[in-house]
Amino acid sequence: MMPVIFITDGLIFLLLVMVFSFVWYARKQEHLRAPWRTVARSPMAMGSAVILFFYLLIGVMDSIHFHPQLENVNNEEQQYATEILSLLDVAITHLRAQDEKTFSAPFAAHAYSKETIEVSDGSTLREYPRLNYGGAHLSNPDQEKTVDILLKSAAGFVYGLIVWCFVSSVIVFTSKCRTSLSFMGVVHSMLKKNNDIPWKVIHLTIGVVIVSLTVLLYLSNYYHILGTDKVGQDVFYQSLKSVRTGLVIGTLTTLVMLPFAILMGLMAGYFRGMVDDVIQYLYTTLSSIPGVLLIAAAILMSQVYMDNHMDDSIGLAQRADMRLLVLCIILGITSWTGLCRMLRGETMKLREMDYVQAAQAFGVGQFRIILRHLLPNVMHIVMISIVLDFSGLVLAEAVLSYINIGVDPSMHSWGNMINSARLEMAREPIVWWSLAAAFVFMFMLVLAANLFADAVRDAFDPRIRGA
Amino acid sequence: MTAYIIRRFLYAIPILIGVNIITFLLFFVVNTPDDMARMHLGQKRVTQQAIEKWKHERGYDKPVLWDSQADGKNKITNTIFYQNSVRLFLFDFGRSDNGRDISYDISQRMWPSLSISLPGLFLGLFAYITFGLTLSFFRASYLDIWGVVICVMMMSISGLFYIIGGQFIIGKVLHLVPISGYDTGLDSIKFIVLPVLVGLVGGIGSSTRWYRTIFLEEMGKDYVRTARAKGLSEQVVLYHHVLRNGLIPILTGIVVILPLLFMGSLITESFFSIPGLGSYTIDAISSQDFAIVRSMVFLGSVLYIIGLLLTDISYTLVDPRVRLQ
Repeated sequence: MMPVIFITDGLIFLLLVMVFSFVWYARKQEHLRAPWRTVARSPMAMGSAVILFFYLLIGVMDSIHFHPQLENVNNEEQQYATEILSLLDVAITHLRAQDEKTFSAPFAAHAYSKETIEVSDGSTLREYPRLNYGGAHLSNPDQEKTVDILLKSAAGFVYGLIVWCFVSSVIVFTSKCRTSLSFMGVVHSMLKKNNDIPWKVIHLTIGVVIVSLTVLLYLSNYYHILGTDKVGQDVFYQSLKSVRTGLVIGTLTTLVMLPFAILMGLMAGYFRGMVDDVIQYLYTTLSSIPGVLLIAAAILMSQVYMDNHMDDSIGLAQRADMRLLVLCIILGITSWTGLCRMLRGETMKLREMDYVQAAQAFGVGQFRIILRHLLPNVMHIVMISIVLDFSGLVLAEAVLSYINIGVDPSMHSWGNMINSARLEMAREPIVWWSLAAAFVFMFMLVLAANLFADAVRDAFDPRIRGA
Repeated sequence: MTAYIIRRFLYAIPILIGVNIITFLLFFVVNTPDDMARMHLGQKRVTQQAIEKWKHERGYDKPVLWDSQADGKNKITNTIFYQNSVRLFLFDFGRSDNGRDISYDISQRMWPSLSISLPGLFLGLFAYITFGLTLSFFRASYLDIWGVVICVMMMSISGLFYIIGGQFIIGKVLHLVPISGYDTGLDSIKFIVLPVLVGLVGGIGSSTRWYRTIFLEEMGKDYVRTARAKGLSEQVVLYHHVLRNGLIPILTGIVVILPLLFMGSLITESFFSIPGLGSYTIDAISSQDFAIVRSMVFLGSVLYIIGLLLTDISYTLVDPRVRLQ
């Protein structure tokens, strides 16, 4: 394996490192731990967090890219394939490789449209041909299929239960290390009614996710569980691959805009005067251009720029990745104004506080005041806006891809899936599975993010916290 | 009051200049006219001659900021910046890249946009206020809890789903109205119903939740307690006190988008093939007609700034306590 690191991969890992170091830092700070503990007590938030974690797992697995090794034929130097795969691709190779000719319905054993087939005696027959992979193990699909699907689901269910038991015992074991209870003692305390942390909900959500994932993955060995698209690619594979795109847009956009918004907002609020005027003018101007139009114009121009100035030697995948990053940057530039305005207002209030006045009287440097006294006290606003923006950005990606100013058409994304499936709605029988898959995957992610964001906002917002 | 309005108006001018400069930078500096010509004529194999011809036809062959060869005021006027950006201030949008008069197109296309967005706004306002008021009236009951849960779920569904689902169920399965299209006069009603309905349903989640919060906040205030203490019935309290005071933030929040109703919605209009300004913009984006996109960006910001101005004025009208400083 020869690893390849895309720019967005690097940024994702940077983000993960930042999150982990923040967690490490926050563990020791009581004022940071308290609101998160409130979040951890909410069953809704923890259930959502589990679902978000699984999405994140898929996304991170899909962010580890490499050139796969080619088989070493005659002991020469190690050769690598030109294509770039990710860890997720390897984990679900069966989904990636099993392409059909064109559309096929979920769990179908026969193709979507009739074809002329030559029978052994030379005559031809117009019929729905069998699929290459979907249900290929059945000799008589019409009669055997339902039973087979049920049996396979049951088998997948059992595997899922085993995996669930394993994962849950790992969780119990890690929390056992922190208490003096025995293994069963921890289990009992988790099952108790009045628990501090809703362990039952957590374990149950993990169970539901794991069992349904294993059932789906097991079934997908034998069928195209969500059908195939126009070029015969498995829709389940596309949906899983799209997770990374959605997560990148939702998180990196905020990461890109945060330094701007924080720096500008704090400076405007703290220094007042000229600095304030300039920064206010800047964000009022930017925010007075309607968002979609500014994004459209900026992306249109960046596409022209990239087409004219990019080196041809850059591979297709890297090019698509660059375009994704540009999209994040543009979304970030257009969305920092709201946060900046809030931070400015909050800073103006804080700078009149006694402790800031005291720091000034002691002769503490201005940037030190901003860094030590103001920044930590506006972090709750930043935190709330990060989680609140996420779901909106994931939804925005679909809309932008529909207007063709979103991610690269060659990149897997829910927006691209919807966009290409939209044109197939007029077919008879109707091709609904690509649309449905994209909407369901997007809905679960956004719903989980929304519920989690609500809990975070309730925990961090001092106005609500006081009440 | 007049002085305040004039001052607010003057404050809008530097912002408009800023918007103009941003669009200019975006469209003429990030990519030179040569790049755009190459984009339109095909990537690599384009002769310099063809590029010059394309630029000349659209007036992009002038110097960018300063023409040293011209004399007098032509030094400034005979430039791309003056011809294409400064003239936007006079609402002279010039011609699109394929030669059509943009101002004429805009004057034709804003009415279909308005015919969708205006009924959408009023019906939406009525529906969301009703829902919001109902939920806050039954606060902390099962109706309220489940109402909020449904709101969050509806918020989490992509807007595209409502459009595609609405077209499929109402247009294709039930055959109640045509799936897409537009007509003039009264015939247009059957084309308007579906987009308005879809827009209405799509907004239920976020708007109802927001209005519910506003009403609940209003209900916690002292004057409501006084009204109840006086022995007023809950209905009177709700309609005469809570609703009226809750309408202030809602209506002043609406004012800012009033001028933008002319622009229509990009997605809705292109899905339902409505010949409004939204689909005009979409078509311009997909055919990479930069002149139109530039004009629409400028027009959109002008309308938004007018909306902000109207909001400030309406605040002073609604709430006399707002100081005019």
